[in-house]
Amino acid sequence: MNIGNLIMVVVGTGAMALFGIVAGLFYMGIDRVLVARMQARIGPPLRQPFIDMAKLMTKQNIVPANAIPWLFNAAPLVALASSISIMLYIPLGSFAPIFRGYGDLILIVYLLVIPALAMVVGGLASGSPYATIGAQREMVTMISYELPLATTIIAFAWKYAQLGLDNPFSLATVAATPIWSQVGPLGFVGCLLLLVTMILVTPGELGKIPFDTPEAETELAGGLLVEYSGRNLALFYLSLGVKAIVLTAVVVALFFPYNLSSYLAMSALPARLVDGAFFLVKIFVIMFFSVSLIRIAMARFRITQVVDVYWKYLGALSLVGLILVMVDSFIR
Amino acid sequence: MRLSQTLGKSLWTFLFNSGSCNGCEIEMVAAVTPRYDVERFGLKLVGSPRHADLLLITGPVTRKMAPRLKLVYEQMPDPKIVVCVGVCGISGGTFYDSYNLAGPVDQIIPVDVYVPGCPPRPEAIIHGVVTALAKLEQAEKVS
Repeated sequence: MNIGNLIMVVVGTGAMALFGIVAGLFYMGIDRVLVARMQARIGPPLRQPFIDMAKLMTKQNIVPANAIPWLFNAAPLVALASSISIMLYIPLGSFAPIFRGYGDLILIVYLLVIPALAMVVGGLASGSPYATIGAQREMVTMISYELPLATTIIAFAWKYAQLGLDNPFSLATVAATPIWSQVGPLGFVGCLLLLVTMILVTPGELGKIPFDTPEAETELAGGLLVEYSGRNLALFYLSLGVKAIVLTAVVVALFFPYNLSSYLAMSALPARLVDGAFFLVKIFVIMFFSVSLIRIAMARFRITQVVDVYWKYLGALSLVGLILVMVDSFIR
Repeated sequence: MRLSQTLGKSLWTFLFNSGSCNGCEIEMVAAVTPRYDVERFGLKLVGSPRHADLLLITGPVTRKMAPRLKLVYEQMPDPKIVVCVGVCGISGGTFYDSYNLAGPVDQIIPVDVYVPGCPPRPEAIIHGVVTALAKLEQAEKVS
């Protein structure tokens, strides 16, 4: 890799981090306002998450006496850094990912585990019984949603490997040949089931209601995050915001890789801008259906119910989706 | 610790019941309902004192709750505000000569603002919080 490429990667990473954090907080604000409106409230101003972050940065940062200080302080940094590093592998609008040609779908599934694991480590390192229970629940939740998530990714990987393209597992290939154009009616139904699965996996990954058992404010007093305050808490919130963008961007890249500019004749720069705006709209739509709408309509599941929902119902749903996609490509 | 500009716009609140009859809790929950909607001002209820800026205490302090109240107060990160809601926390209220009282709230931890009433209306609680913020700003200017 020469110097020019290196500079590109460094600058691009900085830009991605900035975009991820700003967009993550912005969508958090939109979510809070929308939820308030659905409850017939006025809700906080749109920039409320930014104010919250600014406030948390000025607060005292307490490290409890029982905690392991270096692990306790490192966990939020690892969570944020790993969330941002996933962004480098995901196409945003018509911008190709910074590490184009390196990562693929399988890598993203592995990387998605790291922020959650960092939260678990931070929870266990904080030396509070509430945080320990929260960490154990987070592990169980992770194990639960991995099944439907992995099945969905396998369905995609299998389908694209079947098509005989080069780099079948890379997100760029998925973006170039949308899944919907490659399947017949049966496969279409299968893909719809996989889409529903991914939309329901998203709140689990993000720890939102009804899958917020690891945080569970009313019973675990904040669970994993119970001992965190000030700057460390702010870093965890930022990493959750970035992770929300990452997950919805993955859903967009898998299921809705369409760009407006290919339908309208436009020169390069406006096309990029239009695609960027369209990408933000797509993220908003996914976020609305997978986070805001579900969050407002449901109460919290117990941890046993979380496992049931992910393994039995969504696992079955995604397997049916996978089988439909396979049957579809065999009979075509 | 210095008071930040953003503290007043993003008050995260921890509710603490030190032996109340639940009347004040009902009024405080009413303050987050659509009619009063304190989330408009960025106020949010949190589950852990480590996340909180504002401690809302209801009820007189019973002997069992006194050490816990002190612990919760000490667990909050600076800068922090304490508002005592209801007449019980001010004087003991109807329970003033009860055998199991450790005393009113201000004998256990320092209190910034008292909100009288049995129970106080949600407007009164919101006003109490605003007064506490103004008082903190005043203290900041003087120091």
